[in-house]
Amino acid sequence: MNPVNYLYLAALLFAIGASGVLIRRNAIVVFMCVELMLNACNLALVTFSRMHGDLDGQIVAFFTMVVAAAEVVVGLAIIVSLFRSRHSASVDDASLMKL
Amino acid sequence: MSATAVHSLWTTASGVTAAAPGDSFTAPKIEYTQLMPVLIIVVAAVLGILVEAFVPRRARYHTQLFLSVVAVAASFAAIVGLAAGGYGTTKAQIAAMGAIAIDGPTLFLQGTILLVAMVAVFTFAERRLDPSSDGNRVDSFAAQPGAVPGGEGEKAAVRAGFTTTEVFPLLLFSVAGLLVFPAANDLLTLFIALEVFSLPLYLLCAVARRKRLMSQEAAVKYFLLGAFSSAFLLFGIALIYGYAGSLSYAGIANVVDGSVLEIDPALADTMGNDALLLIGGAMILTGLLFKVGAVPFHMWTPDVYQGAPTPVTGFMAAATKVAAFGALLRLLYVALPGLTWDLRPVMWAVAIVTMLGGAIVAITQTDIKRLLAYSSIAHAGFILAGVIAANPEGISSVLFYLLAYSFVTVGAFAVVTLVRDAGGEATHLSKWAGLGRRSPLVAAVFAVFLLAFAGIPLTSGFSGKFAVFKAAAEGGAGALVVVGVLSSAVAAFFYIRVIVLMFFSEPKADGPTVAVPSPLTMTTIAVGVAVTLVLGLAPQYFLDLASQAGVFVR
Repeated sequence: MNPVNYLYLAALLFAIGASGVLIRRNAIVVFMCVELMLNACNLALVTFSRMHGDLDGQIVAFFTMVVAAAEVVVGLAIIVSLFRSRHSASVDDASLMKL
Repeated sequence: MSATAVHSLWTTASGVTAAAPGDSFTAPKIEYTQLMPVLIIVVAAVLGILVEAFVPRRARYHTQLFLSVVAVAASFAAIVGLAAGGYGTTKAQIAAMGAIAIDGPTLFLQGTILLVAMVAVFTFAERRLDPSSDGNRVDSFAAQPGAVPGGEGEKAAVRAGFTTTEVFPLLLFSVAGLLVFPAANDLLTLFIALEVFSLPLYLLCAVARRKRLMSQEAAVKYFLLGAFSSAFLLFGIALIYGYAGSLSYAGIANVVDGSVLEIDPALADTMGNDALLLIGGAMILTGLLFKVGAVPFHMWTPDVYQGAPTPVTGFMAAATKVAAFGALLRLLYVALPGLTWDLRPVMWAVAIVTMLGGAIVAITQTDIKRLLAYSSIAHAGFILAGVIAANPEGISSVLFYLLAYSFVTVGAFAVVTLVRDAGGEATHLSKWAGLGRRSPLVAAVFAVFLLAFAGIPLTSGFSGKFAVFKAAAEGGAGALVVVGVLSSAVAAFFYIRVIVLMFFSEPKADGPTVAVPSPLTMTTIAVGVAVTLVLGLAPQYFLDLASQAGVFVR
């Protein structure tokens, strides 16, 4: 199969993730959409790696997975602490600071 | 492209015996001496985690403070040693198998970051500003960040005198990432360094002792938007990798300027496909411009600067900007110099809206931390003008500006921690009225910082702005200089307004008090004032240093 199709899929996943970040209100869902974007990046990297015939892209994909895992740890800690003090994980409710 | 045209390096062809794994493996060569500044900080951060695990609670604060100060000082000494050994100029080279560039800009910016980190450690360790609770000295950080604000757990933690000493290792991890960021010489290192310095900062934003809801909100906003922008950066990296087939800056530059002639028909769709290059470059720039807080990627800045604990804000505002501009410079000058002309209209537009947007919106602010946040946005625009110059003076003037700006910022936020009322820091501007009558010294020091932000002569802000605008004008960006001077004038209005408010209005009866800090914060503020005045009165030595350092290695 033509590997370029995987690039289209990656771009599509990235766009879905990005629109999810902008549209959804629950911080957890927003965060999951960010993870979707990172996975779209992984797919693109692995596809390019295959097309170029070197391993750099696959190595970056591994690093991205590790970074995503670290981000989950930090992100969930922050979101859970917000939820515990407000009983809501909505990013719209968190608006103490405005112009 | 047909499927057969794809490379098949690792789908073993029939009849060919693959080389046994390990035959052609050569161990990577790591130049430990040149990486010493980073390694010292990382080791100290790991030791800091162990301290949290094994040292009794009462001794942790002093152990952590000692460890952090020693580590930052040792790391700075290592930088000075490398610079004295000529690694900034004649012996500039690429270390760690192409991942890290040790050259003038790297050493200059790493030195700046470490000095900022040192004074930031002092403000983190300040324990005399808040009144002591139950006989325990407290700092700016929550007794137990995991406890619900106002709940039983928090009260118990405060009674027991807990403090979040984890902030010191978090700060060190962040510094480690910041040190690597301007030195990153391939896109993978760039991304990892970005995450290594960002993740601890997200956490540090969430652990304020007072106004905890605002602090948590700032952390959530910073985290979600930061993760969003780093996803853009990563997709940009993927596209550039697809375009160039290489992650190293030199490899990308070779493909961009066409010195690698197209060989492989299998890659005709990707290599040399300008759409990939332009979109990828724009996405990487988005990620970096987010970190420097340039309009239109600035929306997080005021909220995060306001909500985060003020010592963290000071550190973040100064050090992140230094590192991110370093990385931006290296990317534009080393990896994408072939794109200078394609990117120029975009960068011009970003610089103009950043300068004007930051300065104009700042006028309407009523909170001192938000005001400083918008001012930092405007300053990002001024620095971008120097980045756009695309000449050697552009590099050195940006280096000098970053040095000058970072100390003013840390000092100004340190002063903000001193002005307090019953609810903690009194950040609303109306409460600052008449401060100059009550505590002339603190108000005068703050006025010096504000004048430096405004770029009044005899302060470091003037020398920096002059250098940046001169470089931009020589680089053919005269229109940017005009916009820059105009927005400086707008910005001067609201800085002067704060000074007038402090010195020429009546103090309110229920106004805030100015806390007497320990020598730690005093040192921070004194260093800030000293650097501001020295760089303003006698900038020549540092300008020379910056111009010596202003050559990238490739």
